[in-house]
Amino acid sequence: MLNLFGRSQSREVAKNRLRNVLAHDRADTSPEFMEHLRADVMRIVSEYVEVGGQGVDLQLQSVEDHVALVANIPVKQLRRRGRPGNN
Amino acid sequence: MGEVIVITSGKGGVGKTTTTANLGVALAQLGLKTCLVDADIGLRNLDVVLGLENRIVYDLVDVVEGFCRLRQALIRDKRLEGLNLLPAAQTKDKTSVTPEQMRTVTEELRQEFDYVLVDSPAGIEQGFKNAIAGADRALIVATPEVASVRDADRIIGLLEAAEIPPARLIVNRLRPGMVRKGDMMSVDDIVDILAIDLIGVVPEDELIVVTTNRGEPAALSHESRAGEAYRQIARRVRGEEVPFAEMDEPAGFFGRLRRIFGQA
Ligand SMILES: Nc1ncnc2c1ncn2[C@@H]1O[C@H](COP(=O)(O)OP(=O)(O)O)[C@@H](O)[C@H]1O
Ligand SMILES: [Mg+2]
Repeated sequence: MLNLFGRSQSREVAKNRLRNVLAHDRADTSPEFMEHLRADVMRIVSEYVEVGGQGVDLQLQSVEDHVALVANIPVKQLRRRGRPGNN
Repeated sequence: MGEVIVITSGKGGVGKTTTTANLGVALAQLGLKTCLVDADIGLRNLDVVLGLENRIVYDLVDVVEGFCRLRQALIRDKRLEGLNLLPAAQTKDKTSVTPEQMRTVTEELRQEFDYVLVDSPAGIEQGFKNAIAGADRALIVATPEVASVRDADRIIGLLEAAEIPPARLIVNRLRPGMVRKGDMMSVDDIVDILAIDLIGVVPEDELIVVTTNRGEPAALSHESRAGEAYRQIARRVRGEEVPFAEMDEPAGFFGRLRRIFGQA
């Protein structure tokens, strides 16, 4: 992937930049998108932990050559056993 | 009853008009009655690419404003039986036609033609909304560049929101040599990222420039590689399964195509 001069080839660079920009575009152009994702993450995580504070905080972040979905989930306490119906 | 297909892209200059002209020629060559609609009001282009600019009497805006009948505005291409053009107005702006009027026009055209191809203007504003208003499906043109693929993604989202069935992708101006050297995104890369089905790959071809200069679309002659690509796309548009011609792509490309065609 690196050429003689140690530079990555422009095809790979283009792909990474595209993935990055599209992640943000898709999240931005659909306001419900992050909201739905947040609600779903909240629902699943709540099966295992009691979420505290303001609930799930989700953000798309660009990290070097990729996009990361970063979640900050304050935990009040873990449930004794995971999965619903068990508690 | 014919089908209305919009050719769109978001970004300008990626080959919508070239595609509309050549796909129209190729469909007419298959014996299908085809009408090309230039929806790029104020920046009409399709007439010139087709070499029909001297025969325009009425245009799309004249039709919707009731100055003439739809039939009177159609230009029949004398070189090719079955090929017709409904030109855009050059002096008006995009707001002189509404999506509702556009739907009425395409509805009337589909009574008479097998295929109605609508050449969309660039952008996502009124002109784009007009172009997609009467469409049954969409073909998205993108070149292997970040900005073009990015805009294509936005358009795919807008078409979904407008409840037009999943669009199919034409990758235009591919340069296989650059892909091999790692300096251009491959068809596979683009299809992966956009997650839509491919309907054709058109190589970069100098003959496109030459034939556009002359007003004789490349698909009219059999010398052009791009013209051949458009003829294949025409057959896929009408539902034939046409294997993708080799474009010096890495193996992954053909693996994917075999998957699309269920041969693997
Ligand atoms: N496959 C191709 N090979 C070479 N030149 C091309 C190709 N496709 C389009 N072009 C050129 O690119 C320019 C823009 O094309 P056009 O069809 O007018 O784009 P759009 O309608 O999307 O703005 C034109 O000059 C056209 O001749
Ligand atoms: Mg155009």
